[in-house]
Amino acid sequence: MSEASTTAAVQVTGVDKVFTAKRKPSVTALDSIDLTVAPGEFVSLIGPSGCGKSTLLRLIADLDTPSAGTLTVFGKTARQARIDQEYGIAFQQSGLLPWRTVAANIELPLELHGVNSAGRKKRSAELLALVGLGDFAESYPDQLSGGMQQRVAIARALAESPRLLLMDEPFGALDEMTRERMQTELVRITGETGAAVVFVTHSIPEAVFLSNRVVVMSPRPGRIRDILSITLPGTADRDEHLREDEAFFENVSRVRELLHGEAPVGIKPTAARGVENR
Amino acid sequence: MRASAGSLRTVLAPVILGVVALALWQLLVVAFDIKPFIVPGPLAIGTEFGDNISSVVAGALVTGGNALVGLVIGGVVGILFAVLAALARVVDELTAGLVAALAVVPIVALAPVLYTMFGAGAETARQLVAALAVFIPVYINTLRGLRQVRPVHRDLMHVYAASAWQTTRTVTVPGALPFIFTGLRIASSLAVISALIAEYFGGPVGGLGKSITSAASSSNYNLAWAYVLGAIIVGLVFYCVTLAIETFATRHYKPRT
Ligand SMILES: Nc1ncnc2c1ncn2[C@@H]1O[C@H](COP(=O)(O)OP(=O)(O)OP(=O)(O)O)[C@@H](O)[C@H]1O
Ligand SMILES: [Mg+2]
Repeated sequence: MSEASTTAAVQVTGVDKVFTAKRKPSVTALDSIDLTVAPGEFVSLIGPSGCGKSTLLRLIADLDTPSAGTLTVFGKTARQARIDQEYGIAFQQSGLLPWRTVAANIELPLELHGVNSAGRKKRSAELLALVGLGDFAESYPDQLSGGMQQRVAIARALAESPRLLLMDEPFGALDEMTRERMQTELVRITGETGAAVVFVTHSIPEAVFLSNRVVVMSPRPGRIRDILSITLPGTADRDEHLREDEAFFENVSRVRELLHGEAPVGIKPTAARGVENR
Repeated sequence: MRASAGSLRTVLAPVILGVVALALWQLLVVAFDIKPFIVPGPLAIGTEFGDNISSVVAGALVTGGNALVGLVIGGVVGILFAVLAALARVVDELTAGLVAALAVVPIVALAPVLYTMFGAGAETARQLVAALAVFIPVYINTLRGLRQVRPVHRDLMHVYAASAWQTTRTVTVPGALPFIFTGLRIASSLAVISALIAEYFGGPVGGLGKSITSAASSSNYNLAWAYVLGAIIVGLVFYCVTLAIETFATRHYKPRT
């Protein structure tokens, strides 16, 4: 632990990402991004649609490569970190395999990496208990609600006890009540596992409730406008009551001001995503 | 509740239509005194069918057996080639021409040639004709299905650093299952038709196809039609069984997660 905690979980230095397509203007999705995520730290990325949040996450996950700059995960290249399974990932769509049971879905990464059947069973039972789906091991994804499917996807992301979790709007498709419950559960789960998290969201209260730090981004080109430390109790001590707390609202307004306040004209959370004009 | 009422209606409607059509057919045959060599009435066919049930069943087993062998061989080979074509571009390019050629060849036309190749005493030629007819739709549908991997699943397998073979086995092929079954369902009818028609061109006696031709050539028209009825039933059984397997195998596929 002490040795690992000296290297950053994620270190992004001067990263650009330009998408080029034939007969279309190129899109600068990310422009000189610098970001460090400490081990065990919960960092949210927030910003209007199209500001490059997903792109940044995909670069960290080595699902895409930067056009410039360097990016390391636990001191390794993103590619090596992926091959070493240093992170778990959850997308906005749960991406469960519909032909596999819930337990078999959670066991998928273990199965691919050669864990024996007894070990897989034990681990999936632990994880199902962790996400509160102990009774659904043999159900199929189509028999679960959206929130339950998302919890399965999170359990799957945790299957190999990664030190880093990457999450792209995992609660985006859920209703407000389910969403708040899932946030509370995520705080508990990351508290128990001690994993660092990079969490993409559109919701200011969600970012504040979950995070140690909130990264506010702006579009065209995608840049980090500011990074805000949340002045709330440690994430492990956060619970439902915090949502009613004065300090919580203060932090929410600080993020909101950063998002809207100093914005140059024309930048709103509703700004259209897609092609850049200039 | 609603589903069972709906399925009752989907079963009942064609049954009623069928009964009405049969009654009308019988009425026309009697009213216009239509001769059996043109078309016998359903009652005559039914009686003949009942009287010769053992030889119809025996014929159905021969023809159905050939169709089944063809369906299994053609299906397995079609799926395997599609998987190879999805994995390796070279295979795809090599087979594309062959498949295009096979698709335009009327497969049963090969039957006489195959009889001389494998000997007129064996069922091999018929099974091969059925297998070839099955191969095409299974291959084409499977390949289409294998190319429909959802981006989120592709990303996931990349994240897990899964090998090409692992990805094929855990995501690509299971994801293509609905397409594979569509191919097999189309192919199941083709298998029966091909096995049946192939009998017209030679080979051992005993199958439904041979029985139809020999009954017709000896002017036993009612019996010929009874064998035709047997062939229709074999075709329906093949279709319904593949449909049932398909429905069961893809029961969890509908909502996208
Ligand atoms: N594969 C791609 N090819 C071309 N352009 C892309 C690609 N992926 C993203 N972009 C562009 O990069 C920019 C950032 O996209 P990204 O998906 O990262 O935004 P986002 O912040 O995640 O938005 P949202 O909140 O809507 O998910 C957008 O302008 C988008 O059109
Ligand atoms: Mg996004």
